[in-house]
Amino acid sequence: MGLIFRLLLALSLAGPASAQPRFITVASTTSTEQSGLFKHLLPIFERKTGIQVRVVALGTGQALDMGRRGDADVVFVHAKPLEEKFLSEGFGVKRQDVMYNDFVLIGPKADPAKVGYAKDALEAFRKIRAAQSPFVSRGDRSGTHFAELEIWKAAGIDIAKDKGSWYRDTGQGMGPALNTAAGMNAYILADRGTWLSFKNRAELAILVEGDKRLFNQYGIMLVNPAKHPSVKREFGQAFIDWVVSPEGQNTIASYKINGEQLFFPNAE
Amino acid sequence: MEALSQALRLVTTGDATLAGIVLLSLAVSLSAVALATLLGLPLGAALAVGRFPGRRALVVLLNALMGLPPVVVGLLVYLLLSRAGPLGELGLLFTPPAMVVAQTILVLPIIAALCRQAVEDAWAEYEEQLRSLGASRFSAALTLVWDTRFSLVTAVLAGLGRASAEVGAVMIVGGNIDGVTRVMTTTIALETSKGDLPLALALGILLIALVIALNAAAAYVKGAAQRRHG
Amino acid sequence: MILPLRVRDLTFVAGGRALITPLSLEIAAGPSTVILGANGAGKSVLMRLMHGLLAPSSGTVVWSGDNARRRQAMVFQRPVLLRRSVLANVTYALKLARVPRTDREGLALEALDSVGLAALANRPARVLSGGEQQRLALARAWALHPEVLFLDEPTASLDPTATREIERVIQAFDAAGTKIIMATHNLGQARRLGDEVLFLHQGRLVERAPVEQFFSRPASTEAAAFIKGELPWV
Repeated sequence: MGLIFRLLLALSLAGPASAQPRFITVASTTSTEQSGLFKHLLPIFERKTGIQVRVVALGTGQALDMGRRGDADVVFVHAKPLEEKFLSEGFGVKRQDVMYNDFVLIGPKADPAKVGYAKDALEAFRKIRAAQSPFVSRGDRSGTHFAELEIWKAAGIDIAKDKGSWYRDTGQGMGPALNTAAGMNAYILADRGTWLSFKNRAELAILVEGDKRLFNQYGIMLVNPAKHPSVKREFGQAFIDWVVSPEGQNTIASYKINGEQLFFPNAE
Repeated sequence: MEALSQALRLVTTGDATLAGIVLLSLAVSLSAVALATLLGLPLGAALAVGRFPGRRALVVLLNALMGLPPVVVGLLVYLLLSRAGPLGELGLLFTPPAMVVAQTILVLPIIAALCRQAVEDAWAEYEEQLRSLGASRFSAALTLVWDTRFSLVTAVLAGLGRASAEVGAVMIVGGNIDGVTRVMTTTIALETSKGDLPLALALGILLIALVIALNAAAAYVKGAAQRRHG
Repeated sequence: MILPLRVRDLTFVAGGRALITPLSLEIAAGPSTVILGANGAGKSVLMRLMHGLLAPSSGTVVWSGDNARRRQAMVFQRPVLLRRSVLANVTYALKLARVPRTDREGLALEALDSVGLAALANRPARVLSGGEQQRLALARAWALHPEVLFLDEPTASLDPTATREIERVIQAFDAAGTKIIMATHNLGQARRLGDEVLFLHQGRLVERAPVEQFFSRPASTEAAAFIKGELPWV
């Protein structure tokens, strides 16, 4: 038993005799993790550099908090205003665009709120509110949650005051929230990546897409070593540089599910 | 039914990732139980035979701690091990040792409390004779732990059950990192949240089968020992 | 020599009741002493006070000589045996008495032999019959070669055959020079094994006499009633 424990300890600290163990911790979002992007992207970087990338998947808000605490070396999330706040607080070093995809409004195929006839996302949301159809919100300070709140605001709805029992605030990640929506036959705003790889669709389908308000930008930042000296600056920066490099960007573009591309690289 | 056949397929195809996850689950939970036993047996025995002011309150507290919510323990250990926390320098967050620490904290009260009960019951029966033979409280406690060892095996199995079943603590302090801190329970949670319910169920069946196997092994050893020593 | 034992003005109060009222006596080496009395008379409490398992509420229990703690042993009504082999139960006692490891097994086997259990040395102690277990308890006590052996109703839980076996062992120990102090409510046993009788009634030492005299010419009314079988309870 003691042998197993010591083995575990050795394994966790294993690495060649470099000054720092050869891995970085990346705080990212459940949407990137659950879409399967990292399983496609990371092995290529790891083979090339020998740096292991350890991803902890949380909501955007939690991921940024992890960066604030110094528990991550790199943050890779999708809520630009929150990211810029993070930067202005001095916790990040330079924000860079990496890729985008879009959000889609998912709902029951039967579409009780007649959202399919809306001309844009704002009208769709207004119709849902008018019909008081069940709507599942992530409620977890994630990028998706943030985008949802922005749409309610732009549609002229004060959702904090206006929500009734039709608005189900679950506080969950994308996958669990989709499960809940499938179980309740409810409407939900989701990122396309997670939806494409989500297997428990029940009666749900994409009802609204393409509105430019549904644009979903991902950004990456190195956590500021000045605030947290334990941050692995060299390895973290190597990862960021690779992700925005032509090779990294092409690898992102090549990730497809059923022939459909999930993320569109747009680093400068 | 589909889940059952999927579970069988998982095992027989010998997937390397799955093997890694299973081994890590076993390593983490067994290590935690081993540590908790090492610390919990003396603690329980001392509490059983000791007599000091506040002892009864301590017994009540220890019993209550058996019900520690795993997610709360995970949160507390996270705050301790975070870079922003007191033990951040150790760099243990999001590593298997952190998971072992969290699970040890969860399991320790179970083993200590059950040991305390077993030893206290035995002490009531043995006290006069042991004192007549000249045993000190300390040596009596050691003797009783050995004498109640069959009941204590059950206590250890209860601890093992708790450790291998929980997901809240290991999720928070481990981060469910692919290939590093992903164990069976966190994988089941992940697959459920991805909507792959059949896979999640299959993994669940596998986990239960593993725990049953461990219990069966313990029962066998216990039975053999009981036949030898009565 | 830790005898004589001197007990002075001993009392014991528990749960608001005086289980032993002021009691003084002196126990000398030699004759086996039987403590008689009805249930609840205080026999067990007195034995435990003398052996040191209970602390007196007032009064003193004084042994002569030093190391009195180690030169006595006690056997209880129900034998308390550890979950290990017959032999290991005896070596355990020797270990507690700081007997060197190399001597333990030999002494243990000797003790087991003296009670006729040597053949069962490697059996689990708990599978033995009631009589065998009590013999083991006696062997365990005997292995320490105590000067004084307390016995608290040692055959109360045994059948007649086992009782006779135990009585034989006790008589052998007595013959070998160990001071026997035994509590019993079995009058026949008292006559068979005892040389003198201490009769307790409601926590008081009411009468003390050689055994035959106690039974044929009891000096107190309580003793007379007890012998006639009219005092089953206090």
